[in-house]
Amino acid sequence: MNIPSGLRYTKTHEWVKIEGQTGTVGVSDFAQHELGDIVFVEAPQPGDGVTAGAQMGTVESVKAVSELNCPISGTVAETNEALADHPEYLNQDPYGAGWIVKVTLSDAKEAEGLMDAQAYAKYVAESGH
Amino acid sequence: MSRQIEEKLLFELDHPGRNGASLPKCDVPEVSFADAFGPLARKEEPVALPELSEVDVIRHFTRLSACNYSVDLGLYPLGSCTMKYNPKINEAVCRYEGLSGVHPLQDEATAQGALELMHALQESLCAISGMDACTLQPAAGAHGEFTGMQLIRAYHEAKGNPRKIVLIPDSAHGTNPASAHFAGYAVEEFKSGADGCVDVEALKARMNEEVAAIMLTVPNTLGIFEKNIKAVCEILHAKGGQVYIDGANLNALMGVTRPGDWGADVMHINLHKTFSTPHGGGGPGAGPVACKAHLEPFLPVPIVVKKEERYSFDYERPMSIGKVQGFYGNFLVLARALAYIETMGAEGLKSASELAVLNANYLRAKLTGKLELGFDGPTLHEVVFCDKGMPNGVTTMDFAKRLIDYGFHPPTVYFPLIVHGAIMIEPTETEPKEEMDRFVEAVEKIVAEARETPDLVKKAPHEAYRKRLDEVAAARNPRLVWKR
Repeated sequence: MNIPSGLRYTKTHEWVKIEGQTGTVGVSDFAQHELGDIVFVEAPQPGDGVTAGAQMGTVESVKAVSELNCPISGTVAETNEALADHPEYLNQDPYGAGWIVKVTLSDAKEAEGLMDAQAYAKYVAESGH
Repeated sequence: MSRQIEEKLLFELDHPGRNGASLPKCDVPEVSFADAFGPLARKEEPVALPELSEVDVIRHFTRLSACNYSVDLGLYPLGSCTMKYNPKINEAVCRYEGLSGVHPLQDEATAQGALELMHALQESLCAISGMDACTLQPAAGAHGEFTGMQLIRAYHEAKGNPRKIVLIPDSAHGTNPASAHFAGYAVEEFKSGADGCVDVEALKARMNEEVAAIMLTVPNTLGIFEKNIKAVCEILHAKGGQVYIDGANLNALMGVTRPGDWGADVMHINLHKTFSTPHGGGGPGAGPVACKAHLEPFLPVPIVVKKEERYSFDYERPMSIGKVQGFYGNFLVLARALAYIETMGAEGLKSASELAVLNANYLRAKLTGKLELGFDGPTLHEVVFCDKGMPNGVTTMDFAKRLIDYGFHPPTVYFPLIVHGAIMIEPTETEPKEEMDRFVEAVEKIVAEARETPDLVKKAPHEAYRKRLDEVAAARNPRLVWKR
């Protein structure tokens, strides 16, 4: 399972990459693997406010519809439009082409409270999968 | 089972000039729509409906029906759906001319029998659920949930504060969050304890006057009876909250225990599950809502009432949330349900629930060791297994597809979400032991195949009319409309 270092992770299996005032958000490799083939992504639109830990959208796979939570608070700057036609990017490249939103952070330090790669790897291992 | 005939769509069977009726020659002058209706007449070309004879259409649908699987053919273990056999006497009853021919706008005085039927069903459902009042209008389970949540909202509004939050455990039915959300509430998922039940201490800590209600499915989707239900009701009521019971699994409880006696305030009842009316197939369902007296003023209009041996529709209900369905609900579905209740009787309903629990536990005992249980605790009318220990990368989906080759409808899969690769099996009381044994044998064979010839399982079904469907492509690029 791929858990890149340099990203921060949530207990609900989202990742965020912090670059200056911007946080790029997606779902982890573990999440896409558990969900199975993803067929639809519903994400907030540019200008929408998002809150750390709160639901910001949904990810629908062949198996189930799951909540998509935002790891950090701020305002959506950009939404990955390609996912409308290519939801499979979440399965194929969850940390690259499968990014979901870019958020202008309201607090750049907020993400420090999330798990780093090492802690997330341990969390996934301990949750019994 | 395997069929080689490729059935075309009716549109592809179109044969211009052919039709199913011979009408006599028109003996009045023809009038054009444009002349008769002026600007109201449609300008576009007539809809291009297929032109076919009666025998073309009958054969088309009969051939399609032969591809179908139904509970009249064999075990249909779709967990949480209660696919019990539907006794044919229900069909005979709802075809009585006095029921099938009655008009919804007919004078009440000439439809006393139909009203009596609805009144009797209201009374029966109240007796079974331990509630005080009932509406028969909702047309499905989720429609009943939405109606029930509207009752709760109206109740809180009448007290001056509609409140904001509805708590829903992660073992609840999937439709519950949508119903609460539609009624204008923020949904908060509530984690089950390690035993699959509500964590009472956590609930106590969470409960406050922002919480409008909790929605509980009892027994829950793991088949586990909510052992803390009385405490849950007390915690909610202490802070003025309401308890909604999703009655989808009422088939485990009839005649044994009643939500009204636990302290629950409102519930819906799926007639197409517990009370043996047909499921879907596009046909109508029914999800009556029963409630305690304090919610009764808010029930949809009309309610059937009995005064001095006369039945009538009561529309004088100023606090009512209004209508939730045309007329009085799906009347002939109600007629089927009452036929079932009357033919079973109180003792019969009780033994139906007892046998439903016995059958599920028979399958549980027979299958444990072949499949891994999702949760260890005692279960009622259904049992959930997980995908742990499936060899060679065989998944729950592969397993389900392979069951089709053995002549069974697959169980519910990947639900509830709290069990990894869930396989949720509900045989219902109407399955004979031999049919369940045949199912157990099929599971045994598939488990052996998964070990020895996994590709056989992974590529299943092999014997069905259609082989493995590409569900991903169908979901990503749905083709919903036929184009010439």
